[in-house]
Amino acid sequence: MATMTDPPRESFRLSMLIYDTRYRSLTIQVIALFAFMLLVAWIISNTVQNLAGLGKEVEFGFFGEPASYDINQRLLEYTSRDTHLRASFIGLLNTLVVAILGCITATVIGVFVGVARLSRNWLIARIMTVYVEMFRNVPVLLWIVFAMAILIESLPSPRAFRGEDAPQSLILNDSVAITNRGVYVPEALFSRSLGDVRLFGESSVRFDVSLDLIVIIAVLAASVFVFRRIRAWAERVQNETGNRPTTWHFQIAVLVVPTVILLAALGFHLGKPELKGFNFAGGTHLRNSLIALWIALSLYTAAFIAEIVRGGILAISKGQTEAAGSLGLRPNRIMSLVILPQALRVIIPPLISNYLNLTKNSSLAIAVGYLDITGTLGGITLNQTGRELECILLLMLIYLFISLSISVGMNIYNKRVALVER
Amino acid sequence: MSDASFVRSEMLSEQDPPPTSVGVIGWLRANLFSNWWNSILTVLCLAAIWYVLSGLLGWTLLSVWNAGSLNECREIMIASWGSTHGHACWGVINDRWLQLLFGFYPPELYYRPILAMLLLFAALAPVLFADKVSPRLLYVTAAYPFLMPWLMWGGSIWTPVGVAAGFVLAYLVGRKLGGTVPGLVLGIVSAIVWWMLWLGLPVQSEVFGSGVGEILVVGLGESLASISPDAAPFWLETVESRKFGGFMLSVLIGVVAIGCSLPLGILLALGRQSNMLIVKAICVGFIEFIRGVPLITLLFVASTLLNIFLPPGTNFDIILRVMIMVTLFAAAYMAEVIRGGLAGLPTGQYEGADSLGLNYWQAQRLIIMPQALKISIPGIVSTFIGIFKDTTLVSIIALLDPLGLSNSIRADTDWNGVYWELFAFIALMFFIACFGMSRYSMYLERKLKTEND
Repeated sequence: MATMTDPPRESFRLSMLIYDTRYRSLTIQVIALFAFMLLVAWIISNTVQNLAGLGKEVEFGFFGEPASYDINQRLLEYTSRDTHLRASFIGLLNTLVVAILGCITATVIGVFVGVARLSRNWLIARIMTVYVEMFRNVPVLLWIVFAMAILIESLPSPRAFRGEDAPQSLILNDSVAITNRGVYVPEALFSRSLGDVRLFGESSVRFDVSLDLIVIIAVLAASVFVFRRIRAWAERVQNETGNRPTTWHFQIAVLVVPTVILLAALGFHLGKPELKGFNFAGGTHLRNSLIALWIALSLYTAAFIAEIVRGGILAISKGQTEAAGSLGLRPNRIMSLVILPQALRVIIPPLISNYLNLTKNSSLAIAVGYLDITGTLGGITLNQTGRELECILLLMLIYLFISLSISVGMNIYNKRVALVER
Repeated sequence: MSDASFVRSEMLSEQDPPPTSVGVIGWLRANLFSNWWNSILTVLCLAAIWYVLSGLLGWTLLSVWNAGSLNECREIMIASWGSTHGHACWGVINDRWLQLLFGFYPPELYYRPILAMLLLFAALAPVLFADKVSPRLLYVTAAYPFLMPWLMWGGSIWTPVGVAAGFVLAYLVGRKLGGTVPGLVLGIVSAIVWWMLWLGLPVQSEVFGSGVGEILVVGLGESLASISPDAAPFWLETVESRKFGGFMLSVLIGVVAIGCSLPLGILLALGRQSNMLIVKAICVGFIEFIRGVPLITLLFVASTLLNIFLPPGTNFDIILRVMIMVTLFAAAYMAEVIRGGLAGLPTGQYEGADSLGLNYWQAQRLIIMPQALKISIPGIVSTFIGIFKDTTLVSIIALLDPLGLSNSIRADTDWNGVYWELFAFIALMFFIACFGMSRYSMYLERKLKTEND
């Protein structure tokens, strides 16, 4: 029986830090860490010296001071006497508004264009290709200022709506006015309103929540719950007896009737815009800046989304379609049951990173004067207070937070849909 | 059996396909009018195309080329067609195209950016079309990073020569220490640092503390910068950065960012893939931070914060600061693209390289990178396109890129109110550049595919 002995332990020599791969990575890491810490320390010490030279300190007290500038497009009430913190909060909400609106329309347009590019109609496929190439190869900033210029230059002024035989009139049953000062759409009003609830007291992030809206959402949620229970019941009956009871009229009634009754009880009506003096009053005023940004970002991002959708559909092999066809599925069922579920796995991750790009590109709002978080915190607040270090770092942190939340969501999704391989 | 009268004894000759399924008609039927729904769509599309094209072509072609101001344009339009509506006034492009291309670069020195542009093509040719161009042009490529700043900013020839010498020196030292790749890295880093010091001049000497090497560099830089025009051969008149503008500025920022971000991105990607925890953490942190914030905030950093982060008294040129931030931005995106390429390689490639006894950098240079870069070509090019498009953002921090110039042209009373012609011209220039890049990437993909598969 052969005996095995451990090889003699090598004693550690200093040169092994460089020549022995076991220790070399340690050496490199220690050097990297020191270099990194030195760099950070260097930057911090420079910053401290520079700020001392300018007579500034890093402090965030300015957020409590009155902002004294107006934000004309806003979700919540805000006056120029409110604080800089309030202004930044309004700006953040504006960023989120345009990002969410943009993501929705970009997805709709993008999916449509992506599918249309695969159309068997040659002309439609070509037109969509032209659209995609046109938008992908020209800077988004140019599209934004271009959209803004179109809105301002080519739309009628509110004056054109005046008089008996006015050259312009409101569209959609006299409810929407499209002017060069923005678009006026009707707002939802409740004559027997339940009032508002103010969250977060009088702080800068105070938030008025309409009780009407909460009640409507609650009723709708309950309706959807009952709707699904009915469907589950029908499924059970079908499994037991083989006959599916007819439920669609119940289901539609459950969805619609309670909400309609509630709306009637609350006295729901539309507040239409009306021409008063030189401008429209009433309704919700969507400024040109918001609309230009929204349109340009949607169309620009949609061009990228179209390519993703097209790629996702093309990535599913033709055999899938043929196999589904041989099972006897109809074309639309093939799309919804076989192709799309597989294509979505390819489509969703780049789609979400495009949502992220859209959100980041919404910072270009500053070019058309839409006061998002960049325009408030990184724009006017910065210029008024002269605190560039605090403002810009905070601005970056906020964007970083938004981006990281979206990517965390994406990672969770990816984990859920990842193919489980055996 | 053979007398069965219904059995045909000879083959029928092939019949022509029905005339409605071949040729132009067949194509039309298959692609445009395959059913009633498609026919309706086709007609609608044709109507839309007719509507758009008739307006657009009329606007583009029935236009005024020779006019010194918008009012003059309108007078000519009224005289010719009776209305100002639906006619372009290309007079503004005719009047200002040089400015849109070069910004406020001195007109008598236009030959320098043009030469730099031509040299750029010469330098790119051996990289882009390796199989069609003489490899000797690679010398131009090697010299370009040193020649281009000299041509653009001017000064003494000794500065680029000095930087090149420094690069070679650092490369040799690096190769002695670690191998070809670390040598290259060291050389590039030293060259970049040197350029920055040179372009960052005049910096105050006390800024750099008392390090011997730093004094040496600054001393050298200052002595080089202080050479008088008469004493130095090949002296080019210096041009200040604030005179840069127009497409020249976009291309300059784009080329520098693209050129520097690729090596930086490769290093970041390797760092992110590495199993050294601290290196990986630093790289991941950097990449995720840069990718998480919009470019505009980084440009704000360039315009306001970078001077605060650097030693007191440092006075970096704004264009240089923008270039640094755009490069860092591009590098983070590039790193992610290349990481995708690295992840696409089978582990066998790494193991194969190990079994050949290659060390880390040799394996990367000879085995891993050529394949990983090939996989990531589409991503790399689309990052390039994105960066080039994003150079328009510098107009927000008041640099005079084409978009910024269009605002200042409009601020002139002559051209107050002219929008579409300027936008069309700028959009067309960007479209040509970006579309060209995307077509090139497709060409490259096809070429590399046929070679291997």
